[in-house]
Amino acid sequence: MAVSAEKEFAMDNDVISASEDEEGSDDERKHNKLLQAISSLGGKRRKNQTERSEASLQVSEFFVSAEGAGDKVGLSDLLGTVEKTTGATKTKKQLRNLQNRNETLELPLNKEQTEKIQRSVAYEKSTKEVTNWQSVVIQNQKAEQLVFPLNQEPSGPKRVEQVVAGWKAETPLEQEIFRLLHMNKQPLHDPVLTPVEEASLMAMSLEEATIRRAELQKARALQSYYEAKAKREKKIKSKKYHRIQKKAKRKEFVKQFEERMKTDPTGALEELKKMEMSRMEERMSLKHQNSGKWAKSKAIMAKYDDSARKAMQEQLQINKDLTQKIATLSDDEHETPEESEMVPDFVNDVEPITDPVNPWMRSRIPQEEPEISCVTPDKPQTSEEEEERNEEEELLADFQRRRTLRRTEDDDLIPTAAEEQINTCEVSREEVVGDGTVEISDSEEEEEEDVSQFNTLFKLMSSEKTHEGPAPTQDQQEDEEQLDEGQLRVRSMEDLEVLEEVSDPRPGTPAAPSMPQPTASDPLAKRSKREIDLSEVLTKEAKTIKVALTPTVVEDEEREEQISIIKEAFAGDDVISDFLIDKRKQEEAGRPKVVDLTLPGWGEWGGVGVKPSQHKRKRFRKKMAPPPSRQDQKLPDVIISEKRNSSIATHQVSHLPFPFQNATQFESCIRTPVGQTWNTQTAVKKMTMPKVVTTAGAIIEPLVKEDYIKDKSTKPMGKGPAILLNDKRGAKDGKPSDKHKGRDSHKRRRNKP
Amino acid sequence: MAALVEGAAKSAHVERKNQKKPVKRYWEKTEELKNSDQPTSDRSISTENTADRCTSTENTADGSTSTENTGSVKRRKGGQIPSGKKDPFPGEAPIPQEQLQKYQRGSKNNVPKGAQRRLKEAIAWSETVSELAQKQAARYDLLLPEDAGFLEGDEDEDTCRISQEDIADAVDITSGSKYFNLHLSQFGPYRLDYSRTGRHLLLSGKRGHVACIEWQSKNLTCEMNVMETVNDIKWLHTEAMFAVAQKKWLYIYDSEGIELHCVKKFNDVLKMQFLPYHFLLATASATGFLQYLDVSVGKEIAAICTKSGRLDVMSQNPYNAVIHLGHSNGTVSLWSPNQKEPLVKMLCHRGAIRSLTVDKTGTYMVTSGLDRKLKVYDVRAFKPLHSYFLPAGASCLSLSQKGLLSAATGDIVQVYQNVWGGSPVSKPYMAHRVRGQVWGLAYCPFEDVLGVGHGEGFTSMIVPGAGEPNFDALDTNPYRSAKQRQEWEVKALLEKVQPELIGLDPGQLGKVDQASFEQRHKERVDILGYDPLAKEKFKPKAKKKGRSSAGAIEKRKRKVAYEDQRDVIRQNVEEQMKRQKEKSSESQQLGKKSTLDRFRKQDK
Repeated sequence: MAVSAEKEFAMDNDVISASEDEEGSDDERKHNKLLQAISSLGGKRRKNQTERSEASLQVSEFFVSAEGAGDKVGLSDLLGTVEKTTGATKTKKQLRNLQNRNETLELPLNKEQTEKIQRSVAYEKSTKEVTNWQSVVIQNQKAEQLVFPLNQEPSGPKRVEQVVAGWKAETPLEQEIFRLLHMNKQPLHDPVLTPVEEASLMAMSLEEATIRRAELQKARALQSYYEAKAKREKKIKSKKYHRIQKKAKRKEFVKQFEERMKTDPTGALEELKKMEMSRMEERMSLKHQNSGKWAKSKAIMAKYDDSARKAMQEQLQINKDLTQKIATLSDDEHETPEESEMVPDFVNDVEPITDPVNPWMRSRIPQEEPEISCVTPDKPQTSEEEEERNEEEELLADFQRRRTLRRTEDDDLIPTAAEEQINTCEVSREEVVGDGTVEISDSEEEEEEDVSQFNTLFKLMSSEKTHEGPAPTQDQQEDEEQLDEGQLRVRSMEDLEVLEEVSDPRPGTPAAPSMPQPTASDPLAKRSKREIDLSEVLTKEAKTIKVALTPTVVEDEEREEQISIIKEAFAGDDVISDFLIDKRKQEEAGRPKVVDLTLPGWGEWGGVGVKPSQHKRKRFRKKMAPPPSRQDQKLPDVIISEKRNSSIATHQVSHLPFPFQNATQFESCIRTPVGQTWNTQTAVKKMTMPKVVTTAGAIIEPLVKEDYIKDKSTKPMGKGPAILLNDKRGAKDGKPSDKHKGRDSHKRRRNKP
Repeated sequence: MAALVEGAAKSAHVERKNQKKPVKRYWEKTEELKNSDQPTSDRSISTENTADRCTSTENTADGSTSTENTGSVKRRKGGQIPSGKKDPFPGEAPIPQEQLQKYQRGSKNNVPKGAQRRLKEAIAWSETVSELAQKQAARYDLLLPEDAGFLEGDEDEDTCRISQEDIADAVDITSGSKYFNLHLSQFGPYRLDYSRTGRHLLLSGKRGHVACIEWQSKNLTCEMNVMETVNDIKWLHTEAMFAVAQKKWLYIYDSEGIELHCVKKFNDVLKMQFLPYHFLLATASATGFLQYLDVSVGKEIAAICTKSGRLDVMSQNPYNAVIHLGHSNGTVSLWSPNQKEPLVKMLCHRGAIRSLTVDKTGTYMVTSGLDRKLKVYDVRAFKPLHSYFLPAGASCLSLSQKGLLSAATGDIVQVYQNVWGGSPVSKPYMAHRVRGQVWGLAYCPFEDVLGVGHGEGFTSMIVPGAGEPNFDALDTNPYRSAKQRQEWEVKALLEKVQPELIGLDPGQLGKVDQASFEQRHKERVDILGYDPLAKEKFKPKAKKKGRSSAGAIEKRKRKVAYEDQRDVIRQNVEEQMKRQKEKSSESQQLGKKSTLDRFRKQDK
């Protein structure tokens, strides 16, 4: 810091000297001004043209001609003269090149475009920043339950290790063991990592480095802003402002100095030295002695003006202060170094403690950014430490390299695996397809001959059929049998019994009563006969059960009575055929009707008694698509209603909810009921577990970047603070615990609002 | 020794990546050291850990070789407990596959390939949850310790020959007291109904006698004569109220016999069924009406004209609350209050249906008809399983909770076991003769008791293995107190199932409604009575000064008439124009044709 202050001081001196030089040429300027004033008196307002004068040996005002004043100086003009001169080959060459090049420089991009580019760059940057959070966010989304505030200390009992912090190895065996462990630099506690491993975990990742770099860049920009601001403030002419400013600074400085005295005596010493220096300078100079021009004028005024008197007093006071043996520093000239202290020095230095857990960060940055020098006071111990650190750094670099290597390998690996999968999939599919086609082609070739043979056979068959008429199928034959049977019409229970007796010996043949005999002209009936196989209706053969006790109440008379009742009930009653008719009706109702769209009289004669032609009717009859097959198609003695139950639809889910792709997925996901009626208590609790739990009254802090984004690259340390062992422990071993403390304190600070 | 510990540490480090390990205790280390001093002490552990060492050496970053490892690291995982003994039953207790199967709900859902993250998570979560629920339920089967009893005869002895007196003598006194007869010859024949808990019994004589009995203590809570023909009687949701179908109307009484309601919307009721979870009283009347009364709000939910005459055979399917009606033409029809036509109509008998009953699981239906047959149907597939011929036919049927079928043939009550088993039944499990014609049959829930109402009174007979031995105390608790009953009532009312959910498939609610938008819209229009999405008809504003003349109004109407059609036409025309333009532009691109081009030689 001192060095930089001195530098600036020197620079200031330079500036002053330059201004003094300029004073020498003041006369000339004044002369020019006078000339201008005279010329402006002439009445004509001539525009001042800045003339370009060239250095030549003889310059006479009579030689300067106005010839070619409006023309531009071409490059060729210059070249002509250059060619004649000897030497300066390099410039000649350059000029020639320039001449040959016909390109003009492009216009700078206009404002909108530059802004657009900037915006896009900023967008990319911020997306990158945001994507760092991705994993954390997804993890939280995936979590079954989030308990806020996060990272709570477990309320349960703590481990022994955490409680017993000041434990010492006492028995000789223990001491021996720990000594051994120390010697081998073995970790002793739960974070079972060797220092090397820890280092490897601690090493900075590429991402972190980039983040850090960005931070530095930002800091530099801030510095420049700060400088600009300081300059602006310096230009402010208000004396009162500066006075107040100075006072404040002085006060602060004194405060800081006092603090420093306590904390950093060496720094304070340096500060003292500086002050000593300023005192010397003050004593040498005549400043603040009230001997200057301004002071004299003030002295004259002082009789009458209170403020002037005060100002003089102040000057004297300043002098007094400065020349005192141990005095606080305040001088115009020393303001600059003071100000330079105010400039955030962290810009140039490495950030003092960005991450208490990660000391490697400190030494890491200078490697990457060599232009930033780390200014630290040298101590006798540091040389050794530095050596060690260098070794460590080498190691770390090694780790870094390895990690990057591994990462790249991983990156390579993952896509390759995926590609392989895809490839295999494709291959398999191709294989399948290929095989299929091959097979098909083969089979086609083989079959072609067969088909031809079959065709000839089929033709023969069909010709025979046409001769003989349609051959009765098996079903029809069965129907005929039934019809034969139908002649025995069931009229009473007795008949039924007889029938059953008949049917019992041959259970395969059905005991179905006849249908009302369908006439051949009724096509509907025919179709229905084909659809509903009567043989399947009520065919279940009955097994007689012998009952030990015979009913006493049902005596013969009563039985006869009952039979007569049944007879009455069955009179003229054919249950099965009724049912079948009913079923047919239902089917008819469910079938869509043919729509006849013929308009009589269009394209032909119309009128009473004139029917539209067959062709036309055929053309304009619209057949609807057949409905899906009925549920009871294969159940002859069942009619199932095809009507939709719309009442339940109001309670059903009608739109598939978000993540599901089809209904079956969703249905199977809600197949398990959630209520207590169907589940055990624990299951219900698990099922109805809230996604987010907050403790009442607890402050929920936003996620902190360091906690999460760092976790990705470096492993977090163990939770419990390591046991502080006895004095055998080296300085190095003490480190992790220190780090822990730092981290913990950091956390605590964060938790405070 | 040092290297040894290093190896252990490393393996632990590797482990940390996967899961949290308990903290390493210093005494563990010392122990381990001791072990290494006597290397053959624990052979199995060391061999077990060699594999671990391999993985650890692979995973360590610095590649320094760890030479030795005994490793007490895995100790916890390997089923070891600190005392050094091995856990004889490692892991969680296994659950028998049968029990798991019992609580299986639907099939497992596999995550489809290439599914998105959310879908994967959702499916995985639901799978874990349902698996947990299934396992837990299977585990809690342990709490159902009771088994159903059965009757076993000696050699060459039919169980159906064992008389009730013998059984009552053989069993303990409390059980023996469950066989008793009530001689009520004056107002018979009797119908009966047990309450859901099985503690209370309702008896109703044809000639108006109504009695409520706490049948186990034989405590008569109320008795009266309604001075009217009583067709049927039914408990409502609790034993505090019951419904009586009398000659003309339906009445509701409380347990003390005080008439609470006379529901005149329900007339000529012959049979009743109470749906406990829907709080619906379904009645079948002589006029052919099936009506539903919501007893929680006292409202008629549905009245369906079945158009099939007198309805005196009725039963409910406890699985899906569908009402089964038996008709005189041998058909059985299935009804829900939401549909005016039967859900299913099946032809079961050649003669009229005399009685029918459905089992607890809703899988099987047993019918008996005038054709003296007894048939067992699978109601899910609507297919007959068995058909039996009873010489006298069964007038009353009833199924117990455990699936015992009782059939009344005249004055004999027969009990059948395993009617829907693989092989058909040849003889009854039990038989008992009562004094008169059997009129009502009902099993008592959670008891091995069958109540028989007949012409001469009531008989309670013991049927071993009839009742469910384990009851769900939250649903129906036979031993509940009055307070518990009140609380249950509130809870049951809160959990009441809406009548709209009655259908053949009770799981329909958990399915996605796949109907198209048009269909749904149509249904909505049907329900609302108007189309909510229909455009309003244009109504011209009334204007003054003669501009609202009929002609002017007509003109204004014309302006907006067929607006939608016009839009369509306009679009069509625009499209046509576009096409034409494109065509013309194409032809232009091909080259401008001059009039003289026609004289050119054609390419073709």
